[in-house]
Amino acid sequence: MAHTDKSNWELIKNGMFSENTIFRMAISLCPSIAVTNSLKNGFFMGVSVIFVQTMVNLTVSLIRNFINPKIRIPIFMMVIAGYVSLIDMSMAAFARPVYKQIGLYIQLIVAFASIFARAEVFAVKNKIIPSVADGLGMGIGFFLAMIVISFFRELLGKGALWGLPIVSGNPLLIMVLPAGGFFAVGLLMGFFNWVDIRLAERKAAAAETAPSVETTG
Amino acid sequence: MPKQVRHDTKRKIEMATDVKTHPLIVSVSPHVRDEESIAKIMWTVNFALLPAFIMSVYYFGPRAVYVTGLCILTAVLSEHLFQKGLNRKITSTDGSAFLTGLLLGMNLPPAVPFYIPIAGSLVAVVITKMLFGGLGYNIFNPALVGRAFLLISWPKLMTIWSTPTAQFLAMDARTTATPLGILKEEGAVKLMEVFGDKASLYSQLLMGNRAGSLGETSAIALLIGAAILIYKRYITWHIPFSFLGTVAVAAWIFGGRGGLFTGDPVIHLLSGGLMLGAFFMATDYVTCPTIKKGQIIFGIGCGAITMLIRLKGGFPEGVMFAILLMNCFAPLIDRGVSPKMFGAVKKKEEKK
Repeated sequence: MAHTDKSNWELIKNGMFSENTIFRMAISLCPSIAVTNSLKNGFFMGVSVIFVQTMVNLTVSLIRNFINPKIRIPIFMMVIAGYVSLIDMSMAAFARPVYKQIGLYIQLIVAFASIFARAEVFAVKNKIIPSVADGLGMGIGFFLAMIVISFFRELLGKGALWGLPIVSGNPLLIMVLPAGGFFAVGLLMGFFNWVDIRLAERKAAAAETAPSVETTG
Repeated sequence: MPKQVRHDTKRKIEMATDVKTHPLIVSVSPHVRDEESIAKIMWTVNFALLPAFIMSVYYFGPRAVYVTGLCILTAVLSEHLFQKGLNRKITSTDGSAFLTGLLLGMNLPPAVPFYIPIAGSLVAVVITKMLFGGLGYNIFNPALVGRAFLLISWPKLMTIWSTPTAQFLAMDARTTATPLGILKEEGAVKLMEVFGDKASLYSQLLMGNRAGSLGETSAIALLIGAAILIYKRYITWHIPFSFLGTVAVAAWIFGGRGGLFTGDPVIHLLSGGLMLGAFFMATDYVTCPTIKKGQIIFGIGCGAITMLIRLKGGFPEGVMFAILLMNCFAPLIDRGVSPKMFGAVKKKEEKK
């Protein structure tokens, strides 16, 4: 039941980068492959997840003192399902063409491991403001991942972005098929890991060459 | 600090593997003394593919040299640059990248635009081989993954089959269907019509005077190469013969239009990429089972999937997908048929 001692900004950054849902935790990979074949789908999926994650964290944090720990899982499920229904219905009403393509996956947000995990490990133990910050960070992290993946997949697979043709010629059709989704996620994950290792090495090298200043804590 | 550690491990591995520079190293058994090396085997396989390459140049002209050369160049260059970029030991001259490029080139249709060989080689070497850890760690045959990637990405460009001309400078060849394509669309009778009579059909297929990928057409040249490899004992009969046998039996039983046992196994054996696949790609050391019994199961599986795709699937040719699918099962097959460990006691069944 440890309260977090991180600042809100640190919580947001944590969700965006160091605990990024797709590239770091490797959870919720199903939508990352299924809906990222165009930038538009990826964008709407990301926005929906930001909304659901933030609102779920907010609500769970609000009622955290009233939840009986024995039935917390059904309660989380109901909270998540409520917000997912909300976004599902509004998308069906206001963004019909997109909804036709990714509607099924919007409903599947109910079963997202990432949303459930944040309610379980964070929101139920923390105050409202940090919980909202955490939800926002996680949501934005997911959103960024979706944007990056769908950017490359649509550009390479259709030679277009947001439905507008950019490159003419014969695009790499495989990138918009499910197999290409695995390629894209795997290669991007590898790339980000590589960048991470490089940054850590550079930091270590800088620490070694720097005069020995005792840094504690 | 991590860089230092990495360097140390690298040096240890080099010491352990390079016996010539460290003659006094004591290692665990088996102590095999042999002149074989990765490079020697790989270059021999490349040499064994030479007859098929010559035939492809004979039938398809300068295009064959151009496409295959582009594949090899990209494969070797990308392996070299990848290893250089990641500070690994550079192995681009051991012939394995060359072989990947050569096999990929022989699996491409003659009339592809320049970016197809380049993209295919990059996928084959960088994604399929290097990202999995380099030679010996790849799950799938690199050249075949490269070709599968290309076929799915550019299905139209990858199925333009030029007519073999056997005239060295005829650049703009006409296009036609492959024998398997004709067989699939219109049946064996039409195939006979196209090639004349049965004897001329068989001889044309054997010599390679038919449309198809560059290196796969000439069955006789591929068989010469395979004979070299079997004579040198670089490959054994288990995989190719069980593969070809399954295809022949399945073609005989299910291949005919007039009912069971009316099919023509010879057409199926000599057309498509079967000879190239069975002798040179299914036998890839890294991606096939190591135990002989497992290799026979592997070959039968390859043959069965090939015929399933050829007879019932959407594509006219299925050798590539068959080998790739069986590649995933190779470790499983090895576990299933691994011999009992010496001295191990069989678990007693629990008494009830």
